[in-house]
Amino acid sequence: MTATSVKRRQTFAVLLAAVAGPAEAHLVETGFGAFYDGLAHVALTPSDVLVVVALALLAGQGGARTARWTLLALPMAWLAGGALGALQPLEASLPVLTTLTFCTAGALVAFNSKLSAGAVVMLSAIAGLLHGYVTGATLTPGGAGALGVAGSVTAVFCLFAILAAQVTTIGAPWGRIALRVAGSWLSAAGLLMLGWLARGSA
Amino acid sequence: MVLALAPALAGAHEEAGQAAGFLAGLVHPVSGLDHVLAMIAVGLWGAVLGVPAIWVLPVAFPLVMALGGLLGLLGVQVPAVEIGIAVSAIVLGSMVLGAVRPPLWVAALIVAFFAIFHGHAHGRELPEGTSALLYSLGFVIATGLLHAVGILLGVMHRWDLGRRIVRAAGAGVALAGLFFLWRAVS
Repeated sequence: MTATSVKRRQTFAVLLAAVAGPAEAHLVETGFGAFYDGLAHVALTPSDVLVVVALALLAGQGGARTARWTLLALPMAWLAGGALGALQPLEASLPVLTTLTFCTAGALVAFNSKLSAGAVVMLSAIAGLLHGYVTGATLTPGGAGALGVAGSVTAVFCLFAILAAQVTTIGAPWGRIALRVAGSWLSAAGLLMLGWLARGSA
Repeated sequence: MVLALAPALAGAHEEAGQAAGFLAGLVHPVSGLDHVLAMIAVGLWGAVLGVPAIWVLPVAFPLVMALGGLLGLLGVQVPAVEIGIAVSAIVLGSMVLGAVRPPLWVAALIVAFFAIFHGHAHGRELPEGTSALLYSLGFVIATGLLHAVGILLGVMHRWDLGRRIVRAAGAGVALAGLFFLWRAVS
């Protein structure tokens, strides 16, 4: 490993540590094994569910092409982040960053931002890396490891696919409005959460 | 067998307060009549104004309300919050009563201005031991559903009798606002 590479890694670790909150392990043991523990982990982690919902709304709002590319990008990024988290876990849950992801995606939905497919994919990849990283870092010390990460990626894929597919079929004007309202709710919840985090109550 | 009868408690892997936080957030907006009436008035006014205000106002309100809550949580003081909430009911109720139709940006600005007070007052009351994120989500959803109630009631505005009922509802909100104002300043 070169000196530059080591320096880059150190900088990345310092940046993550700067926005890190204490790690709170909340691995739920389903009794069906690590894969299902990973599945359940996503379902029981509100910020994970909210980011997938927000990104599904955003991608679906952008049309079938955007949704298809995001369906590929989000789980892949989640897997990459999960692997990184499993290999190099940081004792942190990065709550500010994982809140910013769904807060931003929700706001973009609320404002009907009409982002390009590339921009949505990019945002989804960043969100997937972050949430995947936290998932991997949480699951691995709990013993779920690679299978757990695979379970969480499967949950993300399924939830995103179902939601985004539904959203792309919405044609009625009231349906598009309902989407934007949902986006504003997600973003508003994220804003309040950022406040709780700043106050140290979350 | 003996070992199975004396298992150790696994306490490290539980996430407490999730459901309680969501329910507390859902219930909180409904627990204060001032908030309830103002939220319904937003929906009523949106319905009176028609498209696109009928959805612009309910989209704008939660976002700005959350911004108000964020300011409160960051310790930024907003003066006369209780008075602002009371005045919001008076103004919004009066708008519905008079079926006032300002340009969309003016209506959005009025609603957004008052949303700051509601967010500042109500958005930062997290019950002990509950999930902050789910509390916030419940709080925002309940507020949005109150808007929806106002919009559904406001749909009656299409008919003559319904128009009178909606205006009467606006008058009721404004009167209640006057009472809240009197209570806030006394």
